[in-house]
Amino acid sequence: MEAHLPLIWAAIIGTAVAMYVILDGFDLGVGILFPFAKGNDERDQMINSIAPFWDGNETWLVLGGVGLLVAFPLAYAIVMPAMYLPVILMLLALVFRGVAFEFRVVSTGTRWNIAFAGGSTLAAFCQGVILGGMIQGIRVADNGFAGGSFDWATPFALLCGAGVVAGYALLGATWLVMKAEGPVADHARGQAKLLLLAVLALMALVSLWTPLQIPRIAERWFSLPNFYYLWPMPLVTGLMTLLAWRGLAGGGEKTPFFASIALFLLGFLGLVISWFPYLVPPSLTIWDTAAAPSSQMFMLVGTAGLLPLIFGYTIYVYWVFRGKVKPGESYHHH
Amino acid sequence: MDFDPVLLARLQFAFTISLYIIFPTFTIGLSAYIATLGVMSLITGNERYQQIARFWTKIFAVSFGMGVVSGIVLSYELGTNWSRFSRVTGNIIGPLAGYEVLTAFFLEATFLSIMLFGGKLVPRWLHALSAVFVAIGTATSAFWILSANSWMHTPVGHEMRDGVAFPLDWWTIVFNPSFLYRLAHMLNASYLTAGFVVLAVGARYLLAGRHVDEGRTMMRMAIGLLAILAPLQLIIGDLHGLNTLKHQPIKVAAMEAHWDGSKPGDFHIFAWPDEQGEVNRYALSIPRGASLVLTHDPNGLFQGLKSVPPQDRPPVKSVFFAFRVMLGIGFFMIAAALFGAFLWWRGTLFTTRWYLHVMAHTWWMGFVAVLAGWIVTESGRQPWIVHGILRTADATSPVIGSVVAVTLVLFVLVYAIVFSFGIYYINRLIAKGPQGSAVEPPGGPGKRPLSAAHDAGRQALAGGG
Ligand code: HDD
Ligand code: HEM
Ligand code: HEM
Repeated sequence: MEAHLPLIWAAIIGTAVAMYVILDGFDLGVGILFPFAKGNDERDQMINSIAPFWDGNETWLVLGGVGLLVAFPLAYAIVMPAMYLPVILMLLALVFRGVAFEFRVVSTGTRWNIAFAGGSTLAAFCQGVILGGMIQGIRVADNGFAGGSFDWATPFALLCGAGVVAGYALLGATWLVMKAEGPVADHARGQAKLLLLAVLALMALVSLWTPLQIPRIAERWFSLPNFYYLWPMPLVTGLMTLLAWRGLAGGGEKTPFFASIALFLLGFLGLVISWFPYLVPPSLTIWDTAAAPSSQMFMLVGTAGLLPLIFGYTIYVYWVFRGKVKPGESYHHH
Repeated sequence: MDFDPVLLARLQFAFTISLYIIFPTFTIGLSAYIATLGVMSLITGNERYQQIARFWTKIFAVSFGMGVVSGIVLSYELGTNWSRFSRVTGNIIGPLAGYEVLTAFFLEATFLSIMLFGGKLVPRWLHALSAVFVAIGTATSAFWILSANSWMHTPVGHEMRDGVAFPLDWWTIVFNPSFLYRLAHMLNASYLTAGFVVLAVGARYLLAGRHVDEGRTMMRMAIGLLAILAPLQLIIGDLHGLNTLKHQPIKVAAMEAHWDGSKPGDFHIFAWPDEQGEVNRYALSIPRGASLVLTHDPNGLFQGLKSVPPQDRPPVKSVFFAFRVMLGIGFFMIAAALFGAFLWWRGTLFTTRWYLHVMAHTWWMGFVAVLAGWIVTESGRQPWIVHGILRTADATSPVIGSVVAVTLVLFVLVYAIVFSFGIYYINRLIAKGPQGSAVEPPGGPGKRPLSAAHDAGRQALAGGG
């Protein structure tokens, strides 16, 4: 059991990060699309479609961060200082967008609309930069971060930032196709098509650039026999893109959203394949950074019991707030 | 220019956590109040409770939002700014924080949305129950994080291997010696804080002759609670201090500005501790008062600051003065609550205008006392970040000072903007007051918790301000 604990925890944290990316992804995406809405009524409708969910969605981010501290404290202690600036900028951006939910209605100006859109976009961008920075690798010496404060700032990381912004916007647009009615849903449908193409292009670029700059990852994908097992990945990605496109073109309401989620999950799976077994590439694996077995075990017991419960009431809340948000009305506050 | 990264990291942490703790304190107390109102309206069928609950829920939504976003900052700051702390204590602090996320944060966030937006979508009992879940969530959150924090003051149940703490016994770790005192003191502080806000708002309405029925209910409920909790806080605080004397005697010495342990300690009502000269100046003291409180014997002795070298002492002035601020507010709260209860018994609570005037201005007291209390606790632990195990100076991240300085400035700017608006909006909601009960507020159904305030804002603007 003890030998498997780090693996189990890597799987749990992977799940938390995937949940976060999908769930907060769509509500950050709605924020990214905010500036393109026409008029405040449309914006109200957009924000009402995510208001009951965003706080729960963002909690997965806390679980991701704290999960890393729980299960791999060494990785936490190295990654956070290495990504110091993008992490702090992301947090500040999240402050702005989080309070905007409550503030924007009170203020008479456009102040909090800007905060909401800007905060959402910046937070998404920073998350992409962090991802890119980690793919590139982190300099480690004596079990501590040994690089500089700007090591992450490369064209590749900025490209990843753009990729995540486009990806979240796609999730947001397809969410609106599903949850909104009227002009908001119509605009979103048009935007989603463009975004789908952009996401595909950026995904392809990142997927090619990564193995080109990192031989370890090139070998993972292109050596035999791995290649035999992995070639369906791009194929399934293509299929999902097609599915999303047909849904968007053919008036489908739910398929585009779920196909976009599938695209995200495929991208995530691709990362896991490239990454495993490192947690702090290129030097520390999940075993090198694991917490004391007693800590991992203590937390695992609780997680096994509580995570299903959390899934349960999360699903319940999505069910309570099912249905579409119509123009001019919304879930009532009482 | 040279920046000291340790000092900057400390400033940044002290700044972000001090602004942050304002919101949890308030939301822990307020959620309990709203849950009580919801349950009472279910039981009695009285609309007024429902209406008051609805009013406070709007305010709650704003403070909760601010608490969430600034809390997320903190959970990542432990890694960005205190990575060596995370490395050394991650095996212990990690799971405690992890349980907080799993047992509290998800519960709060999920049922909050039902509490805010589910009024018409779920049965009434479930709506009330959601408020109860949120209240339980906030208290559970306090349970875990205070366990983590208490372990930093009184670490037990672990062993050190190669400079890293490894857990031996989780029960001992969770229920470490200072935990239950700290939990009781902090939860009670939160209920007191929210209680004084409710009391002040009720008094304000009565003075203005608006929302009179609601104002009376608020005042009665608040006084009833405070008359019990305020004296209780003195008792818990006293026990807490005695426990600290056992485990962190130097912190207590700083609280009392007690330099020489070979003599009984005076209780200084005021003094100017001179850290260079190791004496107190301008002292106004009750002779042997501190000995009497701490050892129950006027001739009792307790350890003095001089018993350890200066570099092992906490900053005496901040601990000493913050302690006095907390005590002063604590005693004021007891007097205010008991006097209010006396007026209530006499039947003149709502007509004693001078009392209403004073109470209408007490809303800030809990917040200040809480901050003062945390400064006592946390500064009093210095120079240690984990008492006896890790020094604060050894706990920071390998990040250069100028980068920390830049982000510190950003934090100050962003928090200054965001939190002043938040407080301004809350004030507006309070000025607007509870709205009609079964009928929708003017301007149609509230779309968002604040839309009532939105209307108020529009009306104010339409009316020329
Ligand atoms: C005594 C209570 C208490 C204390 C000492 C702390 N917290 Fe807290 N925290 C709460 C009580 C609380 C709460 C009442 O549960 C909050 C406040 C407002 C809220 O939304 O929930 C919360 C929210 C909150 C959130 C947002 C949760 C979400 O996404 O819903 C995070 C990440 C943290 N906190 C993290 C921390 C950290 C890292 C702390 C210490 C360094 C800390 N809290 C001290
Ligand atoms: C929420 C209520 C809290 C408040 C208001 C608070 C306040 C403070 C303050 C003012 C300091 C600075 C002390 C000094 O440098 O003299 C400090 C230090 C510190 N506290 Fe807390 N604290 C709280 C809870 C916690 C908790 C729950 C943790 C961890 C789990 C924590 C971890 C730390 C750390 C890491 C430091 C060291 C940084 C430093 O010395 O400045 N605190 N805190
Ligand atoms: C009236 C008498 C009071 C006494 C004797 C008292 C005593 C104490 C002591 C001794 C500590 C430091 C504990 C330690 O670090 O070891 C403390 C901390 C604290 N106090 Fe008080 N206190 C009183 C009133 C209050 C009031 C009215 C509030 C707020 C409404 C408050 C809020 C706090 C908080 C938040 C802390 C920090 C957390 C903790 O360590 O418990 N206290 N108090």
